[in-house]
Amino acid sequence: MTEQMTGAQSLVRSLEAAGVEVVFGIPGGAILPLYDPLMDSSRIRHILVRHEQGAGHAAEGYATATGRVGVCMATSGPGATNLVTAIADAYMDSVPMVAVTGQVPSAAIGTDAFQEADIRGITMPITKHNYLVTDAAEIPRVVAEAFHIASTGRPGPVLVDVSKDALQAATTFAWPESVDLRGYRPVARPHAKQVREAARLMIEAKRPVLYVGGGVLKARACAELRVLAELTGMPVVTTLMARGAFPDSHPQHLGMPGMHGTMSAVTALQKSDLLISLGARFDDRVTGKLSSFAPEAKVIHADIDPAEISKNRTADVPIVGDCREVIADLIAAIGAEHEAGRQGDYAAWWSQLDKWLKTYPLGYDSPDDGSVAPQYVIERLGKIAGPEALYVAGVGQHQMWAAQFISYENPGTWLNSGGLGTMGYAVPAAMGAKAGMPDSTVWAIDGDGCFQMTNQELATCAINNIPIKVAIINNGSLGMVRQWQTLFYNQRYSNTDLGGAGRGPAVERIPDFVKLAEAYGCVGLRCEKTEDVDSAIEKAMSINDRPVVVDFTVHQDAMVWPMVPAGTSNDEIQIARDMAPRWDGDE
Amino acid sequence: MSRHTLSVLVENQPGVLARIAGLFSRRGFNIDSLAVGPTEQSDVSRMTIVVNVEELPLEQVTKQLNKLVEVIKIVELDPAVSVQRELLLVKVGADTQTRSHILETVQLFRAKVVDVSPDAVTIEATGNVDKLEALLRVLEPYGIRELVQSGMVAMGRGARSITDRSIRVSRPA
Repeated sequence: MTEQMTGAQSLVRSLEAAGVEVVFGIPGGAILPLYDPLMDSSRIRHILVRHEQGAGHAAEGYATATGRVGVCMATSGPGATNLVTAIADAYMDSVPMVAVTGQVPSAAIGTDAFQEADIRGITMPITKHNYLVTDAAEIPRVVAEAFHIASTGRPGPVLVDVSKDALQAATTFAWPESVDLRGYRPVARPHAKQVREAARLMIEAKRPVLYVGGGVLKARACAELRVLAELTGMPVVTTLMARGAFPDSHPQHLGMPGMHGTMSAVTALQKSDLLISLGARFDDRVTGKLSSFAPEAKVIHADIDPAEISKNRTADVPIVGDCREVIADLIAAIGAEHEAGRQGDYAAWWSQLDKWLKTYPLGYDSPDDGSVAPQYVIERLGKIAGPEALYVAGVGQHQMWAAQFISYENPGTWLNSGGLGTMGYAVPAAMGAKAGMPDSTVWAIDGDGCFQMTNQELATCAINNIPIKVAIINNGSLGMVRQWQTLFYNQRYSNTDLGGAGRGPAVERIPDFVKLAEAYGCVGLRCEKTEDVDSAIEKAMSINDRPVVVDFTVHQDAMVWPMVPAGTSNDEIQIARDMAPRWDGDE
Repeated sequence: MSRHTLSVLVENQPGVLARIAGLFSRRGFNIDSLAVGPTEQSDVSRMTIVVNVEELPLEQVTKQLNKLVEVIKIVELDPAVSVQRELLLVKVGADTQTRSHILETVQLFRAKVVDVSPDAVTIEATGNVDKLEALLRVLEPYGIRELVQSGMVAMGRGARSITDRSIRVSRPA
């Protein structure tokens, strides 16, 4: 069935056919033709944001929370370029997203027309694929392809740039029944021989670790992961992108590896003789200095993206495939080994791991001056809001503490900007998550630096009944940068003080986050004492008709520990400043 | 470092060249030469890309190229079992005294004179890199006034075509 309509109507119909329910965006000149029929769509809810970057992160938050493709929309030129940060973020963290942008009329392309930017050229290195559509007839096919590419294989952002004349042209609409791209055929089924070889190594290993990355969450393979872990009895580490993929309360969980990982997780990887990498990519924040990472370990590397395998660390057993299928096949292969009487023996390994777990639990000091420990706020938040809530972090110290001190029990409950490290992610991403999961409690855990980058979306939340909760971990500074200045730049705090400390009361509390929250139609609360932390969180939990912002004033000098300084070996991990762990004699 | 010749079949669409060139520069790989042109199928273009990399980065280049939606197939061509050619146009100073020597050289290299003027000749030559370098060495003393060279194009020897088998991305990890 083909129907006559405009390109804009065809685009709305295409988005509907792709199953889109929520779009975050802002109209403007070039995309105006699209916004007219969008008004009549009963299936698509368009949420008018205040800045296009907010639309992009909201689409990411929506996608990460729901597992569906997030959609954002912007006009040409500055509208499109404002999406760039969020697109790059989605690319780094493999978030399924489709960005629709208006483009100047095709006759004007290349003339430096008003609000013209070559957004397809700009986003080539930060999208999985992108399109410039100047012929209205191509719209349904391109939209179908865009959603297919964004959501299959290794997910990622796809940009569809549509010229204004294509939106205005008369065309016909017919939704393609299937998508066939001869240059895009992601491999989901793992190779049986590789899986058998992996199982053999797993049985033979003495010090194996299941190194779990975000791919396990994307593949929805958490149930399978748990079966595999319990079947083998192997220890598990979950990367920053995989928090929640395996319950933190599980006795086999060693925590998060990497620059600010737990001693046990970092050290287990270092001392391991077999890494089973599942949907992880050997990121530099996990490996530290690559040449000294896990020097004795063989590597089984399973990923849906062949280019990740052996990119940073050479794999002994490469497995290309969807993590869910890979893990399911591994379970079967390990089961076959067990039936043949071959069992892995990791008892000695566990007695070592247990020692580390006992000796080096995560912890923090309470400040001497009576001010609030930021870690305490985050820990209490996790306890009170519980494992069913969604936690969305910005980037920096608060993000690391949120990864460390909240116990994640369920997949999809931890959202953050891992690869790109985008300050300003939290508020709009929490908005997107809440729009997709309206019945869940969604907490943005943000720093005062991050919060000031994108807090304009509180207006969007208040107006559109998206009652997120925001905990500002307010230390009056760019905390993580300050930590590095403390450790590596002789405490010279160049341009990291946000609070105007020491410059008199006139510049303190600029801005006043409570007043700011109220100005945006949110409830604003302030908490400055340790004994008030619980009641502030509980108060925030009790308000569900409006967004709530809690300004937690915390100690400025708190630091994230443990830490592996950038570019050094994971063997150099410090549990606190100038404190290396004491290894046992047999180390 | 060693030179590798990649034949890349791509969708014949605008922007593909930018995408591939961008991928090489972004990932820090150097392109020695690149040639693009049509194939026997109107919707497919073929690029011949010569890269100078170690074995491991080559694998990474290939994998990253394969991820591009518009890349249909990649084949590495071994110089031993493929024909590899570049095209060269060179304008050499030539007066009545030197012209006959130059023409002799042209014949020796099985090249062609494509333009003559009173004090210069323009020579067209095809061949592999070594042959063209040798030709240029011999012509050098006469004075090379202008030089232009194409990227390499290459094709496997024998009866089979890289488009024979069903076109698809096929490269095991």
